[in-house]
Formats: sequence, structure tokens, C-alpha cells
Amino acid sequence: MTVLRRPLSQAARKEERTAWVFLLPWFVGMAGVTLGPMIASLYFSMTDYNLLSSPKWVGFENYSKMLDDPRLRQSLSVTFIYVVLSVPLLLAVALGLAMVLNRGIKGLAFYRSVYYLPSLLGASVAVGILWRQVFGTDGLVNKFLGLFGIHGPGWISNPDTALYSLVVLHVWTFGSSMVIFLAGLRQIPEQYYEAAALDGAGRRHQFRHVTVPLLTPIIFFNLVLQIISSFQSFTQAFVVSGGTGGPSDSTLFYSLYLYDEGFGRLHMGYASAMAWLLVVIVGVLTAINFYFSKRWVFYGDGK
Amino acid sequence: MTLLKAEDTPSPVPAPSPAAQRRKRAARVRAFLKHAVLIAFGLVMIYPLLWMIASSIKPDALIFREPSLLPTDTDFGHYADGWNALSHPFGVYLLNSAIVVLGALLGNLVSCSMAAYAFARLKFRGRAFFFGMMMVTLMVPIYVLIIPQYVMFSKIEWVNTFLPLIVPKFLATDAFFIFLMVQFFRGLPSELDEAAKIDGAGYWRIYFRILLPISLPALATTAIFTFIWTWNDFLSQLIYLTKPELQTAPVALRNYVDATSGASWGSLFAMSVVTLIPVFIVFLVGQRYLVKGIATTGMK
Repeated sequence: MTVLRRPLSQAARKEERTAWVFLLPWFVGMAGVTLGPMIASLYFSMTDYNLLSSPKWVGFENYSKMLDDPRLRQSLSVTFIYVVLSVPLLLAVALGLAMVLNRGIKGLAFYRSVYYLPSLLGASVAVGILWRQVFGTDGLVNKFLGLFGIHGPGWISNPDTALYSLVVLHVWTFGSSMVIFLAGLRQIPEQYYEAAALDGAGRRHQFRHVTVPLLTPIIFFNLVLQIISSFQSFTQAFVVSGGTGGPSDSTLFYSLYLYDEGFGRLHMGYASAMAWLLVVIVGVLTAINFYFSKRWVFYGDGK
Repeated sequence: MTLLKAEDTPSPVPAPSPAAQRRKRAARVRAFLKHAVLIAFGLVMIYPLLWMIASSIKPDALIFREPSLLPTDTDFGHYADGWNALSHPFGVYLLNSAIVVLGALLGNLVSCSMAAYAFARLKFRGRAFFFGMMMVTLMVPIYVLIIPQYVMFSKIEWVNTFLPLIVPKFLATDAFFIFLMVQFFRGLPSELDEAAKIDGAGYWRIYFRILLPISLPALATTAIFTFIWTWNDFLSQLIYLTKPELQTAPVALRNYVDATSGASWGSLFAMSVVTLIPVFIVFLVGQRYLVKGIATTGMK
């Protein structure tokens, strides 16, 4: 016997039709601006394509070319160093300040605003320009170091230090993560702390055994999001290095190199292959994150 | 704020013993130190921004000589100089930015709220599947999309128009905001819809007259974040707008760096300040929503 679908009632059919109408823009966008381009990107990644003549099929040549491309390797290592340094630092600062601000402090709204503002401005070209000057030879940082008799280098113009000024810029935008941590801290029931205090746990113990375990889902959430977004940083590296990733490729972020290959040299095929390598890297890192999360992320309901 | 912890609220003590008084004094000293550290840290955080503002009104010769915020001499001419330093007055770039931002804002509000209404409140086959699909798109790096999108938009000759920056927003491509609104709609009692249905309201009426008005916080959050992100957006504006008269403020600002290569830092800072002002105003006006929005969805 064939399984008959129970026919939808007239009301349910109307609801379904309405839903399609409401979703129509999203469907068009999904097909035309997201999924379609993704498929096209996969196709381009296996072609030689300069936008002017039609794409020429080359199979996996773009991918194998990546294996011995020193600038690609450089851009990967720059990006990895950036993510590995700035993400933990950013999260630590965000969590630390959230902890301080969480404990019945006066003027919370004021502090929260001051610390949060940079994360809204941080992605702007204006702040990138500002950073060039702050970390320049005569910049604020060196003026400050000069007070202690330290003669600082031109941070931006020195290949050994340029990347770190971008790390500092990224950590400077910790405010949005801090706000998420603050919201998480607020959800920890007060009774847990009271119970811990009754058991004689001091503040340090309470932090280790109550706050941190209950906050792990949010730490994890912030970690995953930060890694994904940091890998794609573009504007600040572009502005600070004047679009070149210099000095000597020391700030050649992966996205910057991809932009240069694609829109600078019109190697659209190679740039598309690079984009897919990025998908794989971000996907693998996220998967690793989820895998290890079982060991340290604590969900109260025993999941 | 209801953040006071029990241990921090002073309990009423009938007659303060010397020990209690000492504890109280110690607590006050601790609180004072804490605020001192927090203020010092906050000052370090915003010092570069204040320095930029101060530098925009200092004579060029003084900008790098004195790191202090109080200028010993002022030069407000930087704003006029910077405004006219490029091939078009800076107002043109600001206006272009405003067009892109307002288009994106309207598009996101309309299309994302519509999709969110369907996902959160209507039953249809494949709802879970499509919802999952939308969530996956949150993780797709933009670099996978931007090259084929550029190819597509250049084929239909939309390069050097605002359309590539605005039209996709009317197609609910910012999944973040759909997600945000779905979460918000789900938090509203379903009795609202049912009562309206009994009164004879159709789905459109429910969406327009009931859900949207009470979803003001979610809509405001979407509007504010769309504003700030689009205003700051650089990459897509850089690739799609190459004609000087169409360029947006961030792109113009970047070109300014190249064009003058440091001839006048004062003017450069002045125009930087000008491009930050709208973000700052939106920040001040929308702070409450910003904080709530970010706390509930964890967006950057």
C-alpha cells in the first residue's frame, strides 16, 4: 500500500502559502546571492579566470599551485599568529573585566559604554588610520615609552612588530565579548554563590568552581565566533599596511592576499580556490573546537 | 541595575562595633581602588580616540610633538581643508554612505522581519530544513561569495552603482538579523496571534499590526547594527564603487591617505573624526538596544 500523505486542511494550506510568500525574498537571496555564488565559486576555483575572457577549466591546478606558493604560506602564518595571539588575549581581557564589573559596582553603565565603544569603531577605516599614527615612529605609544626612557621602534614600519600592533587593535575591541560575558554572568543563580560561601569557599574558589564552569558555554560560544571572524579580518590590515600587507608581507593577512589575487591581479580562479581553503580551515577549526568542547564545556542539564 | 550581590549590600547593623567599622572602611578603600583602576584603564582605552579629536584641531607641527589632549594652539582649518582635499567635497562621500546605509537598513528591516515571521510563527513543510540552512550561511566566509557576486554584478553592469550594496539586503542575506528576530518572535506569547486570528485578522495583519509594533527592540537592534556595520563596511564598497563621485566615506578616507601621504595629519584626522561621528551618535542613541542585542545574540 502506498503511504498517503494526509492532505493538508484548507487553513494549513493557506498558512503554508503565506509562509512561502513571507520567505520569498529570502529564497531569492538564498538562491541568487548565497547558494548560486557558492556553486559558482567552486566552479571558478577549478578554472583560470581573469573576468575578461571566459573561464578556462584547469581542474585542481589552482589547489596544487597553493602548495608551493610562498606568499600563501606567509599569509597563512600571519593569520594564524594573529588569531592565536589576539583571540585568547581578547577573551581573557573581556572575561576579566566582565568579572570585575559584575560585582555590584556603581557606574556599571558608564564603564560598559567606555569599554564597549572601541568595538564599534574598531572596524572602521578611521581607526585604522589612527592606529598607523599611534604606533608610528613619533606616535603615542613611543611618546609614552619615552617617558620611561625607552626608545621605541616604528612599530608599523618594522616587519618584526607590525603584526603586533594589529593584535593590539583587535584586543582593544574586546567590549562586545565583554557584554556577552556580562549577560552570562547575570544568569548564574545567586544561590550557587551562597551555597559555596556556606561551604567556606572564598572568592577565588567561587570563581574556579562556580563561575567558570557555569560560564563555559559562553566562553566556548565567544571562542568559536571570534576564531571565525578573526580569520576573516581585512579592513585594518588593508588600511594599516596601505593595502600591501607590508612591510615585507608581515601583515599579509589571508584575506588581504585573497583580495590582491582576485581584485588586484584578476586571478579570480586562484582567489576562489583560496576562499575554499579558508572554508576548510575555518570548518576544521570549528569542528576541532566542538570536539574538544565536550571536555571542558559544562552544560548544566548534563547534555 | 539589579546587579547588586547580597554580599555587597551593607546589612543594617544596630550599633557598629569597631571591627565592623574597620571592615566597612576597608571595603570603601577597596571600592575606591577598584574604581581608580577601572577609570585608568578606560582612559587608556579611549585615549587614542581623544588624541585623534585633539589632533584634528592642533596645528600640524604640534600633533606629534605633544601627546597631551589640551592643545596649546588650535587650528580649526583642518576641517575645511580636509573637506575639500579630494576631487569632491567630503559631503559627497558622506551622502553616498548615507544612501548605502539607509538602503541597507530598510532592506534588512523588511526582508529579515518577513523571513523571521515565517520561521518563528508559521507552519510549513521544510521549516526545520530551511532554518538550518539559514543558520549554516552564518558561518560561510564572505570571501567565498564576494568573487562570484562581483562577477555576477559586473555582468549585469551594476558595478559603480549602489545596487550591489543595497539589493541583497532586500533579499534577507544578513542571516544574523533573521536569527535575532526569530529569537525575539519566539519569546512572544502565541496567544497574541491566536487572539488576533479569532478576531478575524489575517497573517499579514498579524505581522504588521501586532508582531512588528511590539518587536521594536529587535527592529531597533537590527537597524542600529545595520547602520554601524554598513557605515564601517569597507571591502564591498571598495570593490563596487570605483568612480570618485560614487565613493563612500571610508573609501574616500582611505584614498585620502594615499593621495596626501601625510601632508597634513590634522586634515586627515579631521575627516576621520567626521566619519566616526555618525557611529558615535548612533551609539549614544541606541546604547540600550545595542547592549541588549549583543548580549542576547552574541553578535560582534
